[in-house]
Amino acid sequence: MMTSDEDLALGAADGDAAAFSMLLERHYERIFRLAFRLTGRAEVAEDLTQDICAALPGKIAGFRAQAKFTTWLYRVVCNAAEDKRRRQASRARATSGWGDVEKLRRAEAEETAEALTWLQLAMQSLPEDLRKTLALTLEDDMTHSQAASVLGVSEGTVSWRMSEIRKRLRAMKQEELAQ
Amino acid sequence: MSDELEDLKRLMDAATPAPNAQRRAENLELARKSFADAQGSRPGARPTVMRALKARLTEGTKVMLNLLSTRGALTATTAIAAVAIFMIIPQTRDVVLSPTSTGESQFSQPGTVAGQRATMPSDADEMDLPEPVLEFPVIVEEARAPLAKRLAEPQAGLASGIVASEPNVPASADGDTRNLRFFPEQDTEAFANAETNPLKVTADEPVSTFSIDVDTASYPIVRSSLMDGYMPPRDAVRVEELVNYFPYSYPAPEGAAPFRPSITVMPTPWNAGTRLVHIGLQGALPMIEDRPALNLVFLVDTSGSMHDADKLPLLKQSLRLMLSELRPEDQVSIVTYAGSAGQVLEPTAGSERAKILHALDRLEAGGSTAGQEGLHQAYQVAESMAANGEVTRVILATDGDFNVGLSDPEELKDYIADKRDSGTYLSVLGFGRGNLDDATMQALAQNGNGQAAYIDTLGEARKVLVDQLTGALFPIANDVKIQVEFNPAKIAEYRLIGYETRALRREDFTNDAVDAGDVGAGHSVTAIYEVTLVGTDAIRNAPLRYGSESPAAGSSELGYLKLRYKAPGDSRSQLIEQPIFAGQGVADDDVLFSAAIAGFGQLLRGDAYLAGWTYEDAIALGTASRATDPFGYRAEAVTLMRLAQSLSR
Repeated sequence: MMTSDEDLALGAADGDAAAFSMLLERHYERIFRLAFRLTGRAEVAEDLTQDICAALPGKIAGFRAQAKFTTWLYRVVCNAAEDKRRRQASRARATSGWGDVEKLRRAEAEETAEALTWLQLAMQSLPEDLRKTLALTLEDDMTHSQAASVLGVSEGTVSWRMSEIRKRLRAMKQEELAQ
Repeated sequence: MSDELEDLKRLMDAATPAPNAQRRAENLELARKSFADAQGSRPGARPTVMRALKARLTEGTKVMLNLLSTRGALTATTAIAAVAIFMIIPQTRDVVLSPTSTGESQFSQPGTVAGQRATMPSDADEMDLPEPVLEFPVIVEEARAPLAKRLAEPQAGLASGIVASEPNVPASADGDTRNLRFFPEQDTEAFANAETNPLKVTADEPVSTFSIDVDTASYPIVRSSLMDGYMPPRDAVRVEELVNYFPYSYPAPEGAAPFRPSITVMPTPWNAGTRLVHIGLQGALPMIEDRPALNLVFLVDTSGSMHDADKLPLLKQSLRLMLSELRPEDQVSIVTYAGSAGQVLEPTAGSERAKILHALDRLEAGGSTAGQEGLHQAYQVAESMAANGEVTRVILATDGDFNVGLSDPEELKDYIADKRDSGTYLSVLGFGRGNLDDATMQALAQNGNGQAAYIDTLGEARKVLVDQLTGALFPIANDVKIQVEFNPAKIAEYRLIGYETRALRREDFTNDAVDAGDVGAGHSVTAIYEVTLVGTDAIRNAPLRYGSESPAAGSSELGYLKLRYKAPGDSRSQLIEQPIFAGQGVADDDVLFSAAIAGFGQLLRGDAYLAGWTYEDAIALGTASRATDPFGYRAEAVTLMRLAQSLSR
């Protein structure tokens, strides 16, 4: 049977290098995926993932298994993304996630450039808290409850945000149709 | 899920690239290396000779710095420098978010002194800072950083300044961000405000109309910001709320009128060429003994974020204070939402203190189970308690989570307005910083004919809940609107100081269907106009070349004040009118102090009309007009002015 994330993480917190290594390999894609969904740029997501990899050894020592490991990890990614965003914003030529210069990679290949532009516009149009909530809930198996725990808000707030997101997306669609 | 969300998810899955394999290998290697290094320097093994830099940094950061010095050519140089900083910036919001946040709430005691919160660590691995943190410059940045982060203002650059000035930063690191758009920073705090009222030309727009505002939430927010050592966000400063925070003893009304306006025309402290028209409304204070019975339903947010010491625990203490003011015929009930849901105290007579205290003690923050029906239930309970001649009010206490059962903010407002019309009012008490949704607080309280108050200390709780229990809970006049018509023959220009969020259309003044602010028993409300007399040098708008008629002279009045209000329960408004004359009234300490606060508020907002007037002037005026100040509110305000003076340099 596979050792659970939590056991590995507790081992890593205790100084077990093999456990840490296994854990990180297991979740590397997850970190990167969320980093991308939060930032909307592959290069930025790569950098952010690197930041997180560098920071995790220090952070894992604080893991106390009060939450699922993935919840804990998502929280680390969200905080790191937020931090990077703020740092860049304060350097005055800053960015939000999903800025307007990104060429989504598979756009040309799949002839869905238009749809992807829509995705980009949609992500861009959302305020930060909604975008973050959406990026999280797009993860498979992510429940509102877990997202709430990651974001440190109540489950109801996540539901509220999701309904707000739906409303905005719908409004966007309708606006397009009207044009 | 709706179609739109499904579409988006599908697109997102398609758009999400796979991580670069080479970077993956490098990153994993980097992490392994960091991990191994970290093990060699566990806190217990730290040699005592390591002072200054190393001893004060967290171990992770230390590893990062080691790497930085020993492996300068590492491709990750920039990122590591950035991470080093990331690691030592305590994130205030992490107190809530952090998986290891237990025990951290002890840092945010009510009455936080400047700097205390600033040294709060964000993660367990940062909690073992072994020594005082002010000796080393990097740590000074640490103290400033979280403030800047919460402020979400450009000064957040304090921390990143290190990154920017780091000589090893390769040019390519900047390339990443060069093409990106600027995007205003966001915080989870939201404040309601609008642009400063502009200077109006009397000839063009002689009539100014607004709703009164008895809220005071802005002042404690400003105070908690300044006490924490940073300037408050501009939008958190609502000048009229700062002014109205302080008790003034304007002349009390006589006879049946619920309040009385007193007008004072005085020189403007910050502009020798203009005058202030100061309008003070004093609400009648009915005999406290005769007050109607109170039915109070406390709707308490028990979501996990309320766990901090300055939230739920402070709320409990506040309610305990208030209990002593209740009478046997009063009734109290407690309903919780978000967390543990449901009614935790059935309607209970004010005399059963033990039972109420017991219920209070059992309140606990935790969990994120939605208590969806919180608001409905609170109103149901309130309605079951209501009886003729009694005052029924729901008091919502929260740190910014308005997940009360209605997910649409507009629907929520309508619901509250609807309940208001059926006689149950709503007040909102805000606790804690970081997630405070001031804008929603204001909107809900305004729709519920209630006061929005922000409680940061037990002293503030006492002021709001005990000293002002009567005013906060017993409305004596509803929908109070003020309209001032200025005489163009006398007044060339005017502007209303504050009340930006309370502007009404001219025609709404006489429209009784339009909601406005309410005055509670004993409340005093102040509105201040700055006016420029005709024929003075201080006029800012040059006269028009064409079409400007010279106004009809004749009247010596500067303007005409009209007030409309409804008696509680009445649907028709009544009118109070009074002319404004030059030299009217006496600028006593109350008037002068309110002018000092109005000036202070404008300084904090950075408004353009102060013509070189400084914090020093505000301090001088505030100190001179402090008067007896039995509760020390005014002395505290002068202290805040001094803090702002230092911080703004």
